[in-house]
Amino acid sequence: MPEPIRIKAPLAESDVKKLKAGDRVLVSGVVYTARDAAHKRLVEALEAGQKLPFDLEGQIIYYVGPCPAKPGQALGSCGPTTSGRMDPYTPTLIARGLRGMIGKGSRVPAVVEAMRKHGAVYLAAIGGAGALAAKTVKKAEMVAYEDLGPEAIRRLEVEDFPAIVCIDAQGNDLYEAGKAKYRVAR
Amino acid sequence: MRELDVAKVTEAVEELCIAACYDLPPDVLEALGKAAQAEESEVGREIINICIQNAKLAAKERVPICQDTGVTIIFLEVGQDLHLVGGDLAEAVAEGVRRGYDKGYLRKSVVSDPLFSRKNTQDNTPPIVYTDIVPGDKLRVVVVPKGTGSENMSGLKMLTPAAGPEGVRKFVVETVDKAGSNPCPPIIVGVGVGGMMDRAALLSKRALLRRTGEPHPQAEVAKLEREILAEINDLGIGPQGLGGRVTALAVHIETAPTHIGALPVAVNIQCHAARHAERVL
Repeated sequence: MPEPIRIKAPLAESDVKKLKAGDRVLVSGVVYTARDAAHKRLVEALEAGQKLPFDLEGQIIYYVGPCPAKPGQALGSCGPTTSGRMDPYTPTLIARGLRGMIGKGSRVPAVVEAMRKHGAVYLAAIGGAGALAAKTVKKAEMVAYEDLGPEAIRRLEVEDFPAIVCIDAQGNDLYEAGKAKYRVAR
Repeated sequence: MRELDVAKVTEAVEELCIAACYDLPPDVLEALGKAAQAEESEVGREIINICIQNAKLAAKERVPICQDTGVTIIFLEVGQDLHLVGGDLAEAVAEGVRRGYDKGYLRKSVVSDPLFSRKNTQDNTPPIVYTDIVPGDKLRVVVVPKGTGSENMSGLKMLTPAAGPEGVRKFVVETVDKAGSNPCPPIIVGVGVGGMMDRAALLSKRALLRRTGEPHPQAEVAKLEREILAEINDLGIGPQGLGGRVTALAVHIETAPTHIGALPVAVNIQCHAARHAERVL
């Protein structure tokens, strides 16, 4: 297998366009956590014309609700949650500058279409490998919606966070291709 | 009559919540090891090996295997000759969950009102508790932290008797196919057949507690388990849904008597982090 590609977050459109479905990447830099309840609030804020708690331009959102940090940890176990639950909100965020998403599982066509139109990439991390993921988080700070507990928005500084490009900015989908390759007709 | 202070139940539940979230049962690790050998996809093999490495790291460093430490499902088997003293059993169990999730640095994932406020209860209570009265004077406590990535992909269908084993097979495979990459494959598939709607659902959850890959004692059911597993692994979904030959580690079917006009079937999907821990008091 080829060596993973190192990428630095936040991302430029040109960074995203170079990535192809199936590429393995190591993400370093800043990512923001958000899942169901935070997405609902972000989109409601946009609809109400309010300012968001962080600037979406070029950013990666990591779909995760982490465990609390044990002493000595920046963050507790923090593998990805199922991305599909964020699908209703994602096209709106991509149109406002969101450049990348880290999660797990397939996305609906409306998300893929928004990714192609605006230039965004979808990365999958390994669901259930939260203890290993925590090792890559160097710093975590609360940004917004603290009342949501594990669903609050946090700013994470990560180093060599491993992921696989699952849907690229051209709309190529590794989930579809992978399944087709190994499916046995009955 | 033997007496047991419910404070002992609190203590057991606290410890079991933490143990379940940190230590993947050996049979699951073994099944993952076999899956890594069977998998044809190179990426798939790498993913399974990372899952194994992650589980070992969690056990060693005493941290949760997965951040989704779930809703806490607790099965209690209470001996009918046991007298529980010192307080309210339900409250003692909830207190165990509260302490375990706090001391174990486990994620609190329960919201009180599912429809409107969706406010986090902040201590992972209430747990979902099932209590059976059984012969004897012991109390068996089984703690199952169940995450929603896999739970959301579960399903139930009220088949009619004419559908038979073929109908069950078709529904289970369809449910897994539709779940695709979402439930963190390789998965374990719990199937409950019979009873009424509620019994089928509960059986499908209990089926997940069986030792991974152990066949059902009834030969016809065991054969159906093997056939469904083979068909699921021909779907091509593979580890994490990125394509491969290992989508499921096992299919466990549990059955119960049902109505002359009914064939309920429930499918409860479990991710590869198939966590549970138990103790007899």
